[in-house]
Amino acid sequence: MIDALWGWPPPVLDPAGPYADKVTTLAWALFGMGLVVTAIVCAALWLAVRGSPKIKAMIGGERAIWIGGIAFPGVVLLGLLVWGLTLTASLTQPIRGDEMRIRITGEMWWFRVQYLNADGDIVMEDANELHLPVGVPVVLELEAADVIHSFWVPHLSGKKDMIPGRRTLLRVQADRAGEFGGLCAEYCGSQHALMGFVAIAHKASDWQAWFDDRTTRVARTEMLAETAPPDAMPYPGDAAAYPMEPETLERYDARRGMRLFMESGCAACHRIAGTEANGLAGPDLTHVGSRRSLGAGILPNNRGTMMGWIGDSQSIKPGNRMPSYYVLSAEDIGHIAAFLELQK
Amino acid sequence: MVLGLLSACKNPVGSRYEPDDAAQERGLLAINEAGCAACHEIPGVAWPKGRLGPSLEGFDDVGMIAGQLPNRPDLLAAFIRNAPAVKRDSTMPATPITQLEAVDIAAYLYGLDHD
Repeated sequence: MIDALWGWPPPVLDPAGPYADKVTTLAWALFGMGLVVTAIVCAALWLAVRGSPKIKAMIGGERAIWIGGIAFPGVVLLGLLVWGLTLTASLTQPIRGDEMRIRITGEMWWFRVQYLNADGDIVMEDANELHLPVGVPVVLELEAADVIHSFWVPHLSGKKDMIPGRRTLLRVQADRAGEFGGLCAEYCGSQHALMGFVAIAHKASDWQAWFDDRTTRVARTEMLAETAPPDAMPYPGDAAAYPMEPETLERYDARRGMRLFMESGCAACHRIAGTEANGLAGPDLTHVGSRRSLGAGILPNNRGTMMGWIGDSQSIKPGNRMPSYYVLSAEDIGHIAAFLELQK
Repeated sequence: MVLGLLSACKNPVGSRYEPDDAAQERGLLAINEAGCAACHEIPGVAWPKGRLGPSLEGFDDVGMIAGQLPNRPDLLAAFIRNAPAVKRDSTMPATPITQLEAVDIAAYLYGLDHD
């Protein structure tokens, strides 16, 4: 069992906001009603076998069928239906116009995330991660690029389909800070189960600082520094002689990584703001170094998983649109990973 | 006589090291949290089964770590934590784990044959 630090896979009955709270209450009510009905059926069954003749006659009578078989389920199911429909309608009220809007597009197995300003223009693009201020309702504009996906962050709200050619709306709100996992909830192809998502709720002031930093800063190419390989190696047999802190050793060159990124075709599909990389087919990598996860919410983001994904993403998520880069050497992959880590 | 003959037989092939169960359990958890399986096929990890690095199936019986280092617990832990420091041209990067987690992961790898 993967005890994911980045909140994935998510627990489904642990609401973190008002919309998810309503859905969770409805879910418990449905479980409760199911339990009550099962208990009544079991009791009736027991009485039908072991009860006195008088009770048996009562259960078998026409009145019992009218009440227990038609009136009771009719009233209960109708009540639950009306409750459920009004509840789901309240999650998707039309936009008033002054809410924070974020557009999320389902792609072939990842989520494109675009932060919009009041005019509906895209001010920042990200992938597989949604950053929210605590206590503020946010309207998500859900779209799909290929087939029907479904957006579901159980901590924040119910499921909502992402339909090609149509925009659906979903309101979410987080009332506590935290990292909440999500996933695609509509079968959309072979890697549907590996289409994950992370929602991160910040305190409102932290969120504003985070947002300002992201929208004002361009790619961190200025941070790229030449790195030199370490000096002489210790004798292989002496474990104590090795530097134990991984930071003490950087053998990859982020500058070379950037060149390789541009020359190897990565830039044809991926965009990094402030550089020549301007592809739109794959996730925007402007902030990939600060993401919790890789491969759409499925792997922790570190040097090893980054190299594994670049070199052979097809063995991790077969059929995804990124090819395995067998043409790159291990060194090249390391350089590119070092470059991407700096894109925060 | 029979006993004497039996005791002369070779010991059954077993692990060179006998890691304790708790350490192995912690090791598997650390493997999952660090995402080692993005590059390695690791018995006990259902997904992913990355192929960028070698499969670690039967690692207990491997002669040398990365074909170069003596297969010892202390060296294995050092290699898991900071491979390029131990073997300069190693493809494997340093991993974001603690020294204790590295020791646990080494324990897990040595325990693979005990299923």
